[in-house]
Amino acid sequence: MIAEFGSFALVLAFALSIAQLGLSAAGRLRGNPSLAGAGEGAAGGAFICTAAAFAALTFAFVTSDFSVVNVAANSHTDKPLFYKITGVWGSHEGSMLLWCLALTGYGAVMAIFGSGLPARLKSTAVAVQGALGVLFLGYTVFASNPLLRLPNPPVEGHSLNPLLQDPFLAIHPPFLYSGYVGMSVVFSLSLAALIEGRVDAAWARWVRPWALAAWSLLTIGIMLGSFWSYYVLGWGGWWSWDPVENASFMPWLAATALLHSATVTEKRGALAGWTVFLGLVAFTFSMLGAFLVRSGVLTSVHAFAIDPARGVLLLSILAIAAGAGFLVFAWRAPKLAPGGLFAPISREGALVLNNLFIAAATAAVLFGTLFPLIKQAASGDAASVGPPYFNRTFAPIMAAVLVVLPLAPLMPWKRADLVGALQRLLAAALAAVAAGIAVVALARPGDVVTAMGVALAVWLIAGTLTELVQRVRGGGAKASEMLRRFVGLPRGTLGMSLAHIGLGVFILGAALETSGRIEAAQVLGLGGHMNVAGYDLRLDKVAAVQGPNYTAERADLTVTRGGSPVCAAAPERRFYPANQQTTSRVTICVQGPSDLYLVVGEPRAAGGPSSWLIRAYWNPWVRLIFLGPLLMALGGALSLSDRRLRLGVPRRARAAQAVAEAAE
Amino acid sequence: MSLMPKSRKARRRLAAVALAAPILAGAAALAFYALGDSVSFFYSPSQAKASNVPAGRTIELGGLVAMGSLKKTPDGGIAFSVADQKDAYPVVYRGEVPDLFREGQGVVAKGAFGSDGVFRATEILAKHDERYMPRELVKALKASGEWRGDPQTAAAK
Repeated sequence: MIAEFGSFALVLAFALSIAQLGLSAAGRLRGNPSLAGAGEGAAGGAFICTAAAFAALTFAFVTSDFSVVNVAANSHTDKPLFYKITGVWGSHEGSMLLWCLALTGYGAVMAIFGSGLPARLKSTAVAVQGALGVLFLGYTVFASNPLLRLPNPPVEGHSLNPLLQDPFLAIHPPFLYSGYVGMSVVFSLSLAALIEGRVDAAWARWVRPWALAAWSLLTIGIMLGSFWSYYVLGWGGWWSWDPVENASFMPWLAATALLHSATVTEKRGALAGWTVFLGLVAFTFSMLGAFLVRSGVLTSVHAFAIDPARGVLLLSILAIAAGAGFLVFAWRAPKLAPGGLFAPISREGALVLNNLFIAAATAAVLFGTLFPLIKQAASGDAASVGPPYFNRTFAPIMAAVLVVLPLAPLMPWKRADLVGALQRLLAAALAAVAAGIAVVALARPGDVVTAMGVALAVWLIAGTLTELVQRVRGGGAKASEMLRRFVGLPRGTLGMSLAHIGLGVFILGAALETSGRIEAAQVLGLGGHMNVAGYDLRLDKVAAVQGPNYTAERADLTVTRGGSPVCAAAPERRFYPANQQTTSRVTICVQGPSDLYLVVGEPRAAGGPSSWLIRAYWNPWVRLIFLGPLLMALGGALSLSDRRLRLGVPRRARAAQAVAEAAE
Repeated sequence: MSLMPKSRKARRRLAAVALAAPILAGAAALAFYALGDSVSFFYSPSQAKASNVPAGRTIELGGLVAMGSLKKTPDGGIAFSVADQKDAYPVVYRGEVPDLFREGQGVVAKGAFGSDGVFRATEILAKHDERYMPRELVKALKASGEWRGDPQTAAAK
């Protein structure tokens, strides 16, 4: 009954999205506020109905109702309650429903709380968001309905892939999807601005909070995915430039570029066309990601829930939405009012440079990701592009961005003094060079790449701190006065600085971890020893343990360093009978910012007493890799709490004032 | 006479192109340079035999893990053979074996042939999903007549 109710709610949500599109468009065309208001109401209704369908599916999972196909394929009575709930988005159908929930949710928030938007822009944007809702809800209802019933329900379900039964992966999709789909609002606002023919400072001010929120959520989503793959897959790495990873990274890069170019549009009224273009690109990459991940056209180690037949439908949705967006762009963008000219040495000049480099880096990642498809279409050869390609293209381009980065906040708008900015960063530059020399001379002799990575990270962190210090210092202020000034800084500024420091922290971690990782693998009998990075590992015992829905073999290891105990590790090798699948449960001994990462392999009984393959990884400073993005997302949240940027705050009067300021 | 265009709009366009062109050209050059030795091609054992892959070139070798061929070597590595209906090649590998790796299963190994004709794998494609098979492998299996049906429909039954 509940599943039928959910199906009905889903169809109703689809119908309400059509109403949202029609009513808002009619409201805009006739200038009729009641029609537009009805369109906004439909947007709210579409969200409520999608939420009801989602709740119905969740109910079916929690109660293990195996008469629902999706539950039978992805759940099991033995599964803990938490994973029954997260199983809702563990499949193709369920994850598309989560996507639709986020899409209609953003539409409803824009319709209900976007009262600061001009009426025409808002109606058009709500209509565009409705059109996206029609596409994705239509897909979910007709091609991927998660609430369909089975005629002969099984007694027991197939259970969720055990690799997905993990707390971090369980919360990874909601964050990732909120980020992906948050770009839909930016897409709708961009398309609406093109249709209305007006892209100005006020528009950029409305777009920025949405872009910032989506970017922050996407940052956390990618970080959680990376962290999951690090500690669940037992391979010791955190990023492999896999197509699925790239699919989430490209919208992030586009959104990063968008945040920076929207600032220029907001403050100086320039780059309007480019900002709108990025707004369209960001959501196009989100849709491309949905297509790549689910269609299986590219060989990926992370491919889940793939279905080539539905891939064609997703590709069609991508083609319709993005095609319409870029057609309107090609038609309307030349008619946009050109922005003001500016000197190349200025903050906007630095931000343009940032955008050019990020765009080039994104293009390089896109090319590498799609190359196997291009090659296949051109010559029929199956090929894959390995991580070296991405390391050699992406890293140098981004290094150029990082060199410029600390300069931009020190440069004023319109016209800046490059020599002056460089002088103020002298200490940071010296610190960076010193750190680089220290690495290349002492820590890792001859390792220039690591030295450059560390130097860039120090340059970034020290440069950002310099800017903050110089803002609060001056006039021989006392500590209390400096603290007062620091607290009084605009939160947008603090957020930006925090995000830039987070990037520096990430790069520091990435440089140190990549170069300093040590791997060791050895077959140990009971009481056997092995050594990795100065730690001594002793295999004490191996025992069978029984979990709620798995059986496992647990190895007890004692880790010591120089004779003193460090930790007791108990990695497991789990077997899930429902899936006939074996997974590794890694143990990580956290040593400050570094990890000692332990995996137990298969038993080897051949010849003599039984023994086990133990693999150990020493991952120095790896925690910084996950801390950095967290700081970046926090920076985004901090900026979002800035009164000037709060969702819905900008009123017409203020917007008019902003335009007047920008026009000065 | 100045070579600069007269109109403001054209000058602006020129400036944008002058700035963007070297960066994009540089990125494109970098991409093609880096692509050269990062691309690896996929071969099934019979394709590898037919095209006579030179020793030392990084490729992906995909097929089925031949039944009864999987052995553990004393140094912690494994040896097995990757086969299709016509040919088979011995593979040695040290390192982590994907959890779903077993005899009779499809596998994609990345690595290079040694001069002795043994394939030294540096990576074995780890799959997260028992229903998932690399597309190249599906194609190769279909071509050699070893395809046993669509895993999706099989799972739905």
